[in-house]
Amino acid sequence: MADLKINFAGIKSPNPFWLASGPPTNSGYQIMKAFDAGWGGAVWKTMGLPVVNSSSRYAGIDFGDTRMMGFSNIELISDRPLSHNLKELEEVKKYFPENPVIASLMVDTREEWHRVVKDAENAGADGLELNFGCPHGMCERGMGSAVGQEPDVLKLIVSWVMEVATKPVIVKLTPNVTDITDSAIAAKEGGGNAISLINTFQSIMGVDIDNFTPYPVVDGKGTNGGYCGPAVKPIALNMVRNCAQSPYIGLPVSGIGGVSNWRDAVEFILMGASTVQVCTAVMHYGFGIIRRLTSGLSDYMDSKGFANVSDMVGKALKNTVAWEDLNLNYNVIAEIDNKKCIGCMLCYAACEDGAHQAIGIGSNGSRVPFIIEENCVGCNLCSLVCPVEGCITMVESKSNTGFESWKDRTASGNIPKTFDDPLAGGLSHRVTEIEKALRKMK
Amino acid sequence: MSDFRKPLNEQEFEKNFAPINPPMDQTQAMVESSRCLFCFDAPCIKACPTRIDIPLFIRQISTGNLTGSARTIYESNYFGNACGKVCPVDVLCEGACVFNHVNEKPIEIGRLQSHAATYVIENEIALFKPGELNKKRVAIIGAGPAGISCACELRRYGYEVDIYEAKNCPTGLTLHGVAPYKITNEEAVREAEFLQKQLGFVIKYNSPVSKYEQFKKLENEYDAIFIGIGLGETVSMNIKGEDLENCIGAVEYIEDVKIKKYLANSGRKVVVIGGGNTAMDAASEAARMGAERVWLSYRRSRADMPAYGFEYELAKKVCVEPLFNTMPVEILGNGMVEAIRLAPTEVVDGKVIVKKDEIFTIECDMVIKATGQEKQNVLLDIIDGFEFDANGKTIIDSESFRAVNTKYFIAGDVINGGSEIVNAVAEAVMAAEGIHKFLSKEMNQ
Repeated sequence: MADLKINFAGIKSPNPFWLASGPPTNSGYQIMKAFDAGWGGAVWKTMGLPVVNSSSRYAGIDFGDTRMMGFSNIELISDRPLSHNLKELEEVKKYFPENPVIASLMVDTREEWHRVVKDAENAGADGLELNFGCPHGMCERGMGSAVGQEPDVLKLIVSWVMEVATKPVIVKLTPNVTDITDSAIAAKEGGGNAISLINTFQSIMGVDIDNFTPYPVVDGKGTNGGYCGPAVKPIALNMVRNCAQSPYIGLPVSGIGGVSNWRDAVEFILMGASTVQVCTAVMHYGFGIIRRLTSGLSDYMDSKGFANVSDMVGKALKNTVAWEDLNLNYNVIAEIDNKKCIGCMLCYAACEDGAHQAIGIGSNGSRVPFIIEENCVGCNLCSLVCPVEGCITMVESKSNTGFESWKDRTASGNIPKTFDDPLAGGLSHRVTEIEKALRKMK
Repeated sequence: MSDFRKPLNEQEFEKNFAPINPPMDQTQAMVESSRCLFCFDAPCIKACPTRIDIPLFIRQISTGNLTGSARTIYESNYFGNACGKVCPVDVLCEGACVFNHVNEKPIEIGRLQSHAATYVIENEIALFKPGELNKKRVAIIGAGPAGISCACELRRYGYEVDIYEAKNCPTGLTLHGVAPYKITNEEAVREAEFLQKQLGFVIKYNSPVSKYEQFKKLENEYDAIFIGIGLGETVSMNIKGEDLENCIGAVEYIEDVKIKKYLANSGRKVVVIGGGNTAMDAASEAARMGAERVWLSYRRSRADMPAYGFEYELAKKVCVEPLFNTMPVEILGNGMVEAIRLAPTEVVDGKVIVKKDEIFTIECDMVIKATGQEKQNVLLDIIDGFEFDANGKTIIDSESFRAVNTKYFIAGDVINGGSEIVNAVAEAVMAAEGIHKFLSKEMNQ
């Protein structure tokens, strides 16, 4: 059995699954319930000067009949008095000494930072997370993402915290920047012990088209909120990877952004995260999802022979390269399994109109399409739209030879240099039967 | 033994005849419509006689555009709601769904279709406007699916349309001939009213057209006449005892149940003769009317039975007992049906041979004949100019549905020998186009 225990910048946890700072960590009651269910750690909902919240607060994006593919909130940091939060934190630690509780903090002045850091540590927090990410409500007051977007300010505030902190300090970054590594480097330079990313994206979730108001609606008006949930995972993964690969950072990364199942968690870990934080999935399904997360991760590690989580951290980073390092001599071609094909012809429509006209349909009334190999560029589109498991596969071309990247070709001068260069990759791609495009016009 | 007690009031009747495809709510419609793959050149469209753009209307449901969805449906099929409920979807659209190839449940197209159609009917959202009056008048005989569809199409072209209907309510067999668990009378009538309100055709009820002078009068008053009168009464079996009370035709029985509901006459022990879809319906309905036993006598084997598989399954579900390879010889009784004598049969070289020495008797108090309906040739023959081929079929132009050399157009069951509502609608719309071409030519001359 794989060992799920981790040590994140000195914070020990029974497993890498932490509740992210947010509504599920609003109270001691919730966090105790979560630990009881099996969660490894929890980042307390951001504490600071208590706020007043609006009603309503959340909005979701559905995809077909799938609810909350994306999610957004305009809720602010904790609206509860600091002393209530800290008293409950103390209580949680009494019941669950093995489960790390991280205090998420957001205040304004140096004095306030010193005060809350000390208070949190005194209450028993195992670590501190500095919320420099919140992109709504707080940033207008000069906090949250307003800090995260200014590396110099971020660095300064981290250094204030480091003046008094005795527990590990995690700096939570905002994705609302051009290059997140700038913020991560500032966090390191300020003395932070780890980074966590991503916080939510500034967003408008949708518009009530009957009343001309953005969601979520508060008494006929709306405002921008913070976007998260499964839909943001790909962007979060890339940001985690950028920070993990940067030679100037070298801090442990806690991965956040749309983690909904064990596979998402594994992906974040393979991209360099050593813990993952979850919020939206818990808001959707409750704390019980932890059983699926831990068993999925554990089974995966057993099947791959990883004894510890740390063995797999960043395993996919060496295969995550720049475009110019990809092998341009490598070709794949789509292959349709006629026996599995159900004749929906989605691949035909996709390739014909959306790609490279490399799929044909039989003239004998058959609904099983065929690949026109000479037109197939191996783009994957057909296999992505195919609704049948394993029906369209991308097969390595038999004529593949050697390795040559764009970098190599640039070095040897083997690249297109003029607008009509015969070295153009799509030189042979020209459909000449124009009349087929003009059926209605005829 | 059937599971149903004889219904003694409206509520019990409705319980026994509860819809087999109940309406979807918004959540069900959302989940189901989201499953659709949106196939290219979708096979479901090709399987629909009216060629409804099914993936389009489904996508319109899943994106919250129910009015647009209903428009997609009604543009192709004026009986959108009825067809969603009544069509044999297993052999049409749903049977063609590609999910059948992966043993996945096909999309419930029929129920989705009714979901969108019901929305515009209940909210009285008009989809059509009549065309500008072109001063031509068309008479339509029969307010069934064919007649009403033809009327709708012609009104959109700008023709004045009067429908002459023998009965006192619209939609023909949709109301009178379809089992209540498929569509209720109210649902059928509301759809007709929905169309009539938007398009303003006139229906003259209790106005049968059957006499030579009547046809002549119509010919004088109207520029074209459409005939959509369906089929006639149940064909006689030509056996002894057929005139006994409680020996009735299936179409007549089904109509009786549809109109009189729990007050309809029904037997305790019922024998249904026939192997078509009407026989299955009649047998199912007899069981739901509380018969203790219902037998189904068909002269050939299960494999030869023309009824759709799912219709037979429906009948079996309510404990109808099949008597394959049997044939009625005589109905016994003194004034009322008391028993039926059936002879076993054997099929030799495609011919049914009756084993007369093995005849047996079943005690019963009702015999329902589902042996097909009479053609309307006697009636059609009185119209000047109507010609019939060697098989007795009216000679028509296959595209315009025009009876050769006349101003009559004819479509639906009366010409196709008895098919689905959806076929009648498809044919009638083609006939309306035929009428429009025919009269446009006249107008241009």
